[in-house]
Amino acid sequence: MERQMETELRRQSRRQKISEKFGELREKKEGALIGYVMAGDPSAEATAGVVKALANGGADIIELGFPFSDPVADGPTIQAAGQRALAAGMDIERYFELVRALEVEVPLVCMTYYNPVFRYGVVKFVAHAAEAGISGLIIPDIPVEEAADLKNSCEKHGLDLIFLVAPTTTDARILKILQRGSGFIYLVSRLGVTGTRADVSGSTKELLSRVKTNIPKAVGFGISTGKQAAEVIKAGADAVIVGSAFVRVIEEGNGVNEKLETLARELKSGILEAN
Amino acid sequence: MTGTEVSESQVKGKYGKFGGQYVPEVLMPALEELEEGYEKYKNDPEFLAELDHYLKDFGGRETPLYFARNLSKKYGTKVYLKREDLVHGGAHKLNNALGQALLAKFMGKTRLIAETGAGQHGTATAMVGATLGFETIVYMGAKDVKRQQMNAYRMELMGTEVKAVQTGSKTLKDAINEAMRDWVTNIGNTHYLIGSVVGPHPYPMIVRDFQSVIGREIKEQAMEKEGRLPDSIIACAGGGSNAMGSFHPFVEDREVKLIAVEAGGKALKCTEKAALHSASLCAGEEGILHGARTKVLQDKNGQILESESISAGLDYSGVGPELAYLSESGRVTARYVTDDEALETFHELSRLEGIIPALESSHALAYLKKAAESGELGEFVVVNLSGRGDKDLETVLSLKRGI
Repeated sequence: MERQMETELRRQSRRQKISEKFGELREKKEGALIGYVMAGDPSAEATAGVVKALANGGADIIELGFPFSDPVADGPTIQAAGQRALAAGMDIERYFELVRALEVEVPLVCMTYYNPVFRYGVVKFVAHAAEAGISGLIIPDIPVEEAADLKNSCEKHGLDLIFLVAPTTTDARILKILQRGSGFIYLVSRLGVTGTRADVSGSTKELLSRVKTNIPKAVGFGISTGKQAAEVIKAGADAVIVGSAFVRVIEEGNGVNEKLETLARELKSGILEAN
Repeated sequence: MTGTEVSESQVKGKYGKFGGQYVPEVLMPALEELEEGYEKYKNDPEFLAELDHYLKDFGGRETPLYFARNLSKKYGTKVYLKREDLVHGGAHKLNNALGQALLAKFMGKTRLIAETGAGQHGTATAMVGATLGFETIVYMGAKDVKRQQMNAYRMELMGTEVKAVQTGSKTLKDAINEAMRDWVTNIGNTHYLIGSVVGPHPYPMIVRDFQSVIGREIKEQAMEKEGRLPDSIIACAGGGSNAMGSFHPFVEDREVKLIAVEAGGKALKCTEKAALHSASLCAGEEGILHGARTKVLQDKNGQILESESISAGLDYSGVGPELAYLSESGRVTARYVTDDEALETFHELSRLEGIIPALESSHALAYLKKAAESGELGEFVVVNLSGRGDKDLETVLSLKRGI
C-alpha cells in the first residue's frame, strides 16, 4: 500500500506544471497542442488509454473534462460525450482516482462547469484536484466577477485558473481577465459553442492582437486539422486547443487510440510547420 | 491582492447569496448591454407610453380582481382571483414578453429567441414577435412539443419557428440550454427573451419588473374593493415569474402573507436520475443553474435532476434567485401540492366558478383549499390565476381516459 502511494507520488511529481511546459516550448520556439477529452467517455478505463494516445501523438497539455448534465457552452458532440460518461457512472471521486492513476507527464487541466465544483465544495474540490495531480482549472460558466472563491483556493494550492476571452469581450474586460488568469488564456476563436468548423474564423487574428500579455494564448473552438492549427499559430497563438475532433473519434469507436494518436500527430506537425 | 479585487465587483444582481451572472464569457458583454439598455429605457416616457399602450389595447389590461363568490362560500374566507387568465394569449406571460420585446426594439435588435415549457411563454413571444415585426424562434423541449401540440401550432400560425429540442431530458431546461447556445452564436442582432425570473442578472430583475404590473394592480384593486391590503396572496411557482410579479409590490408590506406553491408532482422524492416533483424551493439545494445561484434539484455530484409535474409550466429544476432568497429569508412561504391535488381543484374551479384554470394556477388554488380551513390565510385572500386551462384539456382528458 505504502509503496503504491510512493509510486503514485513519484509519478505525479513528474507531471509538469503548465508554466513549465510553456517555458520549455518557448525555448524550443514551438507551439503547443492542447487536447480535450471527456473523462469516462465511454469508460474510465478507456480514458486512461485515450490520454496516453494523445500524449504519444504529441499533445503538450491535456484537458480532461468532467461531465455536467447541462453544458451550455458546449455543442452537441461534447454534450453527448458528457452524457455517455455520466451514463457510465463517472463521478467526482472516480474522476480524481482516474487522474491520479494516469501515466503521463504532460500537465492535466480539469474542465467542467461550476455547479459540480460548487456542490462538492470549492475548497475541497481544488484541494483534491491538486492532490490528484491536476495543474489547472477551466470553468466556462464562471466569469471573473464570480470567481473570487475559486481563485483564492487555486492560488493556495498552486493551480492555474484559466479564463476564456471571446470575440465579444471588450478591451476593459480583457484587462480584468488578464489580471486574474494564469496558466494560459483561452481565446474563443468565434462566437458559438464548441464543435468543429470548416474554416478558422478571421476574428481570431484580431482577437489575438487585442489580448496583450505574456501569459500564453491558446485558441480553441472549431479547430480540427493540421492546416487550421498551423494558421492559428501563424496568426500569433502560443497554443491550439482541439476538443470536438478528438471526441468525435472516440464516439465513432474502432481503433480509437491509434486514430487519436494519428490525429494528434497531424495537428502537432501542423503546429511545428508554422513555427 | 487578486482575491480582494475580485470580490469587490461581486455585488451586481445579487439577492443575498443568490443570483449573479454564471455564464460563459461570450455572454457577458450582451448582459452588460442589456442592463445598460434597460437602465436607459425603463423610465423613458416614450418607452413607457408604448408599453402601456400595448399592455392595454393589445394585452387587455388591466385584468379584473374577481370576487369568487362560490369559492369564498365553500372555504369560509373572502377569495379574490387575479384574472391573468384573461390577458391576451391566456396567461400572464404576455406582460413580460411585451416589455422585453419593446426593450429589444428600442435597443435595435431584429431577432427574438425564447425558450418555452408549457408553450405559454413561447406563445406570448410569438404574439409580440408578430406584432412588433421580429424574426422569432422558440426553443421547446421535444417532450413538451408533444404534450402541448396546440401551443406549438399557435406559435407557428403567428410566424414563429418552433425548434423541438431533442437533447437531455427534452424539457424546459434543455430548451433554455439551446436558447443560450443560439444567443451565444447570434449575439449581435438577437435578444434572448427569457420567460421567467430565472437566468443571469439582469433577467430576474427585468422579468420581475415587467410582471410587477400584476401586484401593482392587485394592490390598487384590493384598496378599491376591500379598503385594505389582502391577508394572503397565493401564486404558483415554477421559475416564479407570476409569483414574483404578484409578490414584489408587497414585499415591504410585512402584514401580507406571500405564499409560493410549487409542483409536488407525484411525491417529494427523487430517484437516482430524476426528481418526481419540481419543488426547488421546498426540496432543492443551493447550486448554479442557467446563470444564477439559486435552489436547484440536483444529485450529490451536482448533476441537475430532471423534474416532473403534470403542469409543463412548473416542470423546471430551478427557481428564480430572488424567490429563493425571499423564501430562505422567510418573507415568502414556500409550499407544494401534488399532481392529484392540482387536478382536483382544476375541476373544482371549473364547476364552482365557471373558470377553467391552467394546471399551473390550479396548484395555487389547491393550496388555498388545503390551507383555508386552518384559518392561516386570514379573511381576505388573493389567488393569482396566472393562466387559463384550455391548453390543458388534452392532458386532463387523456389522464381521465387512462383512469
